[in-house]
Amino acid sequence: MIDNVVDLSRLQFAATAMYHFLFVPLTLGMVWLLVMMETVWVMTGKQVYQDMTKFWGKLFGINFALGVTTGITMEFQFGTNWAYYSHYVGDIFGAPLAIEGLMAFFLESTMIGLFFFGWDRLSRKQHLLVTVLMAIGTNLSALWILIANGWMQNPVGAEFSYHTMRMEMTDFWAVVFNPVAQAKFVHTVSAGYVTGAMFVLSISSWYLLRGRDVEFAKKSFRIAAAFGFASVCSVIVLGDESGYSVGESQQTKLAAMEAMWHTEPAPASFNVIAWPNEAEMKNDWAIEIPWVMGLIGTRSVSKEIPGIHEIVAANRARIVSGQQAVVALDTLRANRHDAAAQAQLKAHQADLGFGLLLKKYSANVADATPAMIDAAARDTIPKVAPMFWSFRLMVALGVAMLGLFGWALWASIRGSFAANRRLLKFALYSLPLPWLACEVGWFVAEYGRQPWTIYGVLPTRLSVSTLSEASLYGSLAGFVGFYTVLLCVEMYLMVRFARQGPGSLGTGRYANEAPAH
Amino acid sequence: MLDYTTLKIIWWVLVGVLLVGFAIMDGHDMGVGTLLPFVGKGDVERRVVINTVGPHWDGNQVWFITGGGAIFAAWPLVYATAFSGFYWAMLAVLWALFFRPVGFDYRSKIDHPTWRNVWDWGLFIGGFVPPLIFGVAFGNLFQGVPFHFDNNLVPYYEGSFWALLNPFALLCGVVSSAMITAHGAIYLMHRTEGDIQARAGRALHGSVLVALLGFTAAGVWLAKGIDGYAITSAVQTGALPDPLAKTVAREAGAWLANYQRWPLTLLLPLLAYAGLIGALLLARVGRTFAGFWASALGLAGIIGTAGMSLFPFIMPSSSHLASSLTVWDSVSSQLTLGLMLGATVIFMPIIILYTRWAYRVMGGKVTAAYVRENSHSAY
Repeated sequence: MIDNVVDLSRLQFAATAMYHFLFVPLTLGMVWLLVMMETVWVMTGKQVYQDMTKFWGKLFGINFALGVTTGITMEFQFGTNWAYYSHYVGDIFGAPLAIEGLMAFFLESTMIGLFFFGWDRLSRKQHLLVTVLMAIGTNLSALWILIANGWMQNPVGAEFSYHTMRMEMTDFWAVVFNPVAQAKFVHTVSAGYVTGAMFVLSISSWYLLRGRDVEFAKKSFRIAAAFGFASVCSVIVLGDESGYSVGESQQTKLAAMEAMWHTEPAPASFNVIAWPNEAEMKNDWAIEIPWVMGLIGTRSVSKEIPGIHEIVAANRARIVSGQQAVVALDTLRANRHDAAAQAQLKAHQADLGFGLLLKKYSANVADATPAMIDAAARDTIPKVAPMFWSFRLMVALGVAMLGLFGWALWASIRGSFAANRRLLKFALYSLPLPWLACEVGWFVAEYGRQPWTIYGVLPTRLSVSTLSEASLYGSLAGFVGFYTVLLCVEMYLMVRFARQGPGSLGTGRYANEAPAH
Repeated sequence: MLDYTTLKIIWWVLVGVLLVGFAIMDGHDMGVGTLLPFVGKGDVERRVVINTVGPHWDGNQVWFITGGGAIFAAWPLVYATAFSGFYWAMLAVLWALFFRPVGFDYRSKIDHPTWRNVWDWGLFIGGFVPPLIFGVAFGNLFQGVPFHFDNNLVPYYEGSFWALLNPFALLCGVVSSAMITAHGAIYLMHRTEGDIQARAGRALHGSVLVALLGFTAAGVWLAKGIDGYAITSAVQTGALPDPLAKTVAREAGAWLANYQRWPLTLLLPLLAYAGLIGALLLARVGRTFAGFWASALGLAGIIGTAGMSLFPFIMPSSSHLASSLTVWDSVSSQLTLGLMLGATVIFMPIIILYTRWAYRVMGGKVTAAYVRENSHSAY
């Protein structure tokens, strides 16, 4: 029963988060493209750049509406479905969410109104300022959310208190400057920039293939190609596995997504392709390149990268220690002044979360058998095959997009792209790639953190609300149904306005002029 | 650094400020959404109504989002217990809110009467349902909510969704809905002219009447018919938060005890009456801007009265009295409260400044001519 509730809660969170992230990356990238287009307009006074800002802004707005819609859920779902999580880590996790609202989301949401409605009421420079503030707000928003998420992966700056039965913040700046959070921020917003660039590049290519609104499309294509190339380089260089060398959670993920069953002498070799065998905890076969894994994983030739067997063994020892912490905590919850229990908890507190993993097997953690401890230790590694293949898919998509944007930039510098049908078709059909890469990337990040919500601190299984299965089936169906209908409406509008093109502005300067309505 | 007790009280006030800010800002566009199908006859009039809040609804909605984030950060146990306990009520609020972004942004993008009419009713749901449910939720707080914590502070809700819809809670829902509708009506009077303004004026009269009658009835009911809650053990306000460490009893009239203890707090219910009646009178003489702020004070009075009556309780438990959540024992650590106070003190004035600027830029009456001239860019 409880495990069903856990699985359904996870499924609901995954579904609502993945829907939300269909819209977020485009917003993150499009705002900067709008800033660039409008800046050129303000500097040169060329009308087409204002039209570009308005037209791409219109599509941006259609996307933004669903970003807001699906985002509302994210702020409240921790409370509705992850009540114990909210209590247990709210002291740390709530702060970045609240600051995101105060510092970023207010700014973004207030400015977006002026962006759409302020054209005739603001001077050119004032309007540009509004657009820039909107972009800054959007990106700061991502920063604080990723600080919150980074803390789930690498929980720094906090300590457990048995008085309040929760984690409490000890160092806010450690939470803010968490290296995992910073690496995630750069990687995630860059992926958003690629998404925005791909959107503009693909749709512009479609206009060029049809030979309509050519000047408008060429200028849009050029900006998107340059921005996209810079962004895809940033995603790959700054988002690579160097971020995974920090913190145990990330090391566990690294081992799983690279199917590294054993610690190899440094520098480790890289499995290009392998066939992970979950049951026997080895690869049936693998194509390896020597040295490469060690180099990209640690940026050194001497540091080792821990393998799965070694991680499991280390975690087993932590579970044994954590068992002592849980026993001491139970005593303290009955009597806060028990000095022996206080000392015992203090000695084993760092492993408390590992002890809690035993609750899956035994209601009374003190009675857990060695077999249960073995099973719990094995649980600390996420399934290897899904991690291994999703990660490879993400990387392959990244490389493909690097190729596309490299080609597009090269062609746009040479000025030959408008007639290059092969390039334009490649750009058009690549439209879904960044979304796929973003979703798969989040899968690797979040599935790879299992069995924890907060790595090493709180098991996913204990984080949920005490809801009934029926409630969860109902809400899951409601969310998926509602979102799917809204997504269809959004896609309908998006396709309709993208097909109509800049003529939808009703300026009289483009093909497919809109009728007044 | 401020001592823990002071920080706990400051955060009770700040959550109140955020709720009032939400009611004033998001409240007026929700009120406009509630009135939309009734004060706007025909497409152009409806577009006029929608465009009075078109540039602002999104920024206003952040009061709701930030309110959620602030409760998470400052009162994690309340965030966890209330939102999981009121699961279906909370989902109803979220799902109603889903209609707003898409309703505003998509409605006028297609020129088809059915399409537009569907989104108009979507905007109605998005404006009408959330304040109604918030009122119902408050009504349940006064009666206590059936929940308890186990020894590890896992919250268990023991009631059903339908039990939330009891008569007193529904009365509170009506008060909440009426005050938000009134607030939207005075805003519409300020931003429109002619027929729409006249209809909004009639809506203002009706909704102020309902809000104040309901408010009065709820007060009488609370005094005569509903037992309040009181902490019966010694309260150590500065202690580490532990909701299971106290004892609580139900007592007749306990919800009015604070007004006897601190008579100045009677200004809150007085403000409720003065504000809403003031809004009515000011609207009658055409001072709609002052009327809007009088209505805002009225909202502050009603919400303040509710909060003050409950103080120090936030969410009393009817089934396991000791599990009741109070200002003293459902809060974050001293460090987090201090930090969040700093963030609020820095950013709130900035937010207010640029919000004011946005309203200035987009100020003035929204007219049918405006909608026709901006048919491609307006909502």
